Amino acid sequence: MASGTGPRIAVALDGAGWHPAAWREAGARPRELFTAGYWAGLVQEAEAGKLDFVTFEDSLALQSVSPIGRPGERTDIVQGRLDAVLVAARVAPLTSRIGLVPTAVVTHTEPFHLSKAIATLDYVSSGRAGVRVQVAGRPDDNRHFGRREFGEFRLEDSAEPDKPSPLADLFDEAADYVEVLRRLWDSWEDDAEIRDVATGRFVDREKLHYIDFEGRWFSVKGPSITPRPPQGQPLVSALAHAAIPYRLAARSADVVYVTPFDRGQAGAIVAAVREEQEKAGRGGETLHVFGDVVVFLDETEQAAADRKARLDDRFGAPFTSDAHVFTGTPAGLADLLLDWQQAGLSGFRLRPGAVPHDLTAVTRGLVPELRSRGAFRTEYEASTLRGLLGLSRPANRYAAV
Amino acid sequence: MTRKQIHLAAHFPGVNNTTVWSDPEAGSHIEFSSFVKLAQTAERAKFDFFFLAEGLRLREQGGQIYDLDVVGRPDTFTVLSALAAVTERLGLAGTINSTFNEPFEVARQFASLDHLSAGRAAWNVVTSWDAFTGENFRRGGFLPNDQRYERAETFLRTAWELFDSWRGDEVVADADAGVFLRDPEAGAFAHHDAHFDIEGRFPVPRSPQGRPVIIQAGDSDEGREFAAATADAIFSRYGTLEAGQAFYSDVKGRLAKYGRKPEQLVILPAATFVLGDTDADAHERAHVVRRQQVSGQTAIKFLEQVWNTDLSAHDPDGPLPSTDPVVDGSTIAPGRASVRMYRDPIATAREWRQLAEAKNLSTRDLIIEVTGRQTFIGSPSTVAAAIDDLVQADASDGFILVPHVTPGGLDEFADTVVPLLQERGSFRTEYTGTTLREHLGLEA
Repeated sequence: MASGTGPRIAVALDGAGWHPAAWREAGARPRELFTAGYWAGLVQEAEAGKLDFVTFEDSLALQSVSPIGRPGERTDIVQGRLDAVLVAARVAPLTSRIGLVPTAVVTHTEPFHLSKAIATLDYVSSGRAGVRVQVAGRPDDNRHFGRREFGEFRLEDSAEPDKPSPLADLFDEAADYVEVLRRLWDSWEDDAEIRDVATGRFVDREKLHYIDFEGRWFSVKGPSITPRPPQGQPLVSALAHAAIPYRLAARSADVVYVTPFDRGQAGAIVAAVREEQEKAGRGGETLHVFGDVVVFLDETEQAAADRKARLDDRFGAPFTSDAHVFTGTPAGLADLLLDWQQAGLSGFRLRPGAVPHDLTAVTRGLVPELRSRGAFRTEYEASTLRGLLGLSRPANRYAAV
Repeated sequence: MTRKQIHLAAHFPGVNNTTVWSDPEAGSHIEFSSFVKLAQTAERAKFDFFFLAEGLRLREQGGQIYDLDVVGRPDTFTVLSALAAVTERLGLAGTINSTFNEPFEVARQFASLDHLSAGRAAWNVVTSWDAFTGENFRRGGFLPNDQRYERAETFLRTAWELFDSWRGDEVVADADAGVFLRDPEAGAFAHHDAHFDIEGRFPVPRSPQGRPVIIQAGDSDEGREFAAATADAIFSRYGTLEAGQAFYSDVKGRLAKYGRKPEQLVILPAATFVLGDTDADAHERAHVVRRQQVSGQTAIKFLEQVWNTDLSAHDPDGPLPSTDPVVDGSTIAPGRASVRMYRDPIATAREWRQLAEAKNLSTRDLIIEVTGRQTFIGSPSTVAAAIDDLVQADASDGFILVPHVTPGGLDEFADTVVPLLQERGSFRTEYTGTTLREHLGLEA
């Protein structure tokens, strides 16, 4: 197996990196954050390292430094961003093998639009598209649309999937949304376009299907306007920190990003996800569990620690994250990843602390390190993202057997 | 004296009955390589922009999905953004509906596209109001017909407020001083009216064009007024001299009351074309193309849209039906623009019968005749002269060309007609600007 026995590796791209002061580093290009060339360069670097995929962060609001912070309140961090689906599409023709997984907010958007957008991303990338679905319940996001009122979100509700709460509703709605995405992708059978000159028919309408989705929050008729994409079903992924999002991922995703802080926690989270997966009736399906880790990488542990301290100084506070923050050498990170992998994680989504430094440290430091241990691919072994992740091309639910 | 400059755009045909999919040269309508091919041809020919239309529900007729024409199309934003990677100067225009979208989302996407294309984005604002299309959307989106321009105008003005919420000088990214944003209020907006009640911070800094180029289509009095007030370009239906000049002077004449100059609105009729070595060759080819575009089955389906009833047993090679169209009851082809084009089906049927009798036309030949669109037919020099003459006579400012074969249908035009227009001094030989606004001669 080209990936050896090691973990699959993705990187999460966000602005100038995940440390809020990253844009002030010498190698950063903060004036280019809103140009295509900036993003193309980063993804090409990730592809040179033969990484499985990149994700593109997104949100409907300006950046804030904490989940409860007011968006846009600090002018000393990167503010503003481009639509992640469009960034992924812009980069697709400039790359050939790496998976492209933009974030999309599902709370305020239309599943019909997103379904065709991700299907089109799959066409323009020849089968390398995915999406990371994200809920957005903040009042700031809501006021940008002005159409919905939610109840009060309480973080403690996220641990109780069976208790009715506004938070549980938000994630249940997201599960419906993903169901609509998947039905729309299947709404055209693969061979629906027939171009039958004799009968004058371009398509066989028996192979086009109404999805007739009726749910608590919305209904969608179908079929899609876009034919079934190359992968059949592009990759669906979600970030999850607690029981309610684990349940969404277990019901709906192909990849879930989780945030353990040690190997023991990784094992417990994997077990919780697997239990939800069984409950969702998907026990036999592949659901990859990726651990998210923020990385600051240098040739020595001291250098990495010093660099992070410099960034913290500039920011004015120690950097904290929802995910584990690793500071050290590529070899040390390889040790950690291989160790945590034993707990059941099938891959990792690394969040570079500062770009380009920590991205190139992954592609030119971590990757060779993993390869030297027989734990990472030397060549891409598949041309589609599903292929890279060992996911088969799904049968169409509407096709007659 | 400098000649008036022609503006040309290339339309990637989506769902329609002009695309000849049965032609041996016809390629995929959904693979990205087809979009790349047409866009790169348009850029090689120094066109102003590439244009992609949209439809948000598969057409139906008689309760069944319409299966005779090309069907299946990509997402507008996604394919335009990808095309920005394989072109450098060509404008990238897409239709985005204002009924089934929200201003915040659309503004975010167009501002992003404008950044990612370095200033080449254009938005063809359309309104749909039918519940048929709304069935694909969580909010339904059905609008009374009389509110559609009101909502479209409000939608557009709200999007403008979002585009304008950044002046363009806020991002300083001064690493030493630790100042990313000079203005802590950048992107702040608040819009409250009957359609939209929104406020917050718009997350995309000002894009290279400030706002995307705004395109509209719409021939009603309301539509013309809307375009005069808000659009940078308008797609017209009038490509002949008299009708074109009448539309041109009417619409351009409406600009002054909005404080705008005539050159601030570019008028572009859609046009098809068939070329040949000689005019006679071209007319022969055009005849073949029309027969390919309108098969017997297609003619019957078209007839049903006006007659509003099942005519599957009707012989396309025979005369028109002797019965009158059904004017009440449900519509046989929901959500279809062509149905709305014939507001008085009884009168339309009468006219068609008279025409068919006068010219001794079968049903199919009649449909071929009445559905024929503005078309340039002739040798390259004939077509170049026709285009140039129409533009110089203020029947239009240029044309949006719709090839009948995808994706190679523009090649011959690019290779033969464009050089003749350049020789006449009516069309650019090189791009002089980098943004679409510059190509169209619009102020930033």
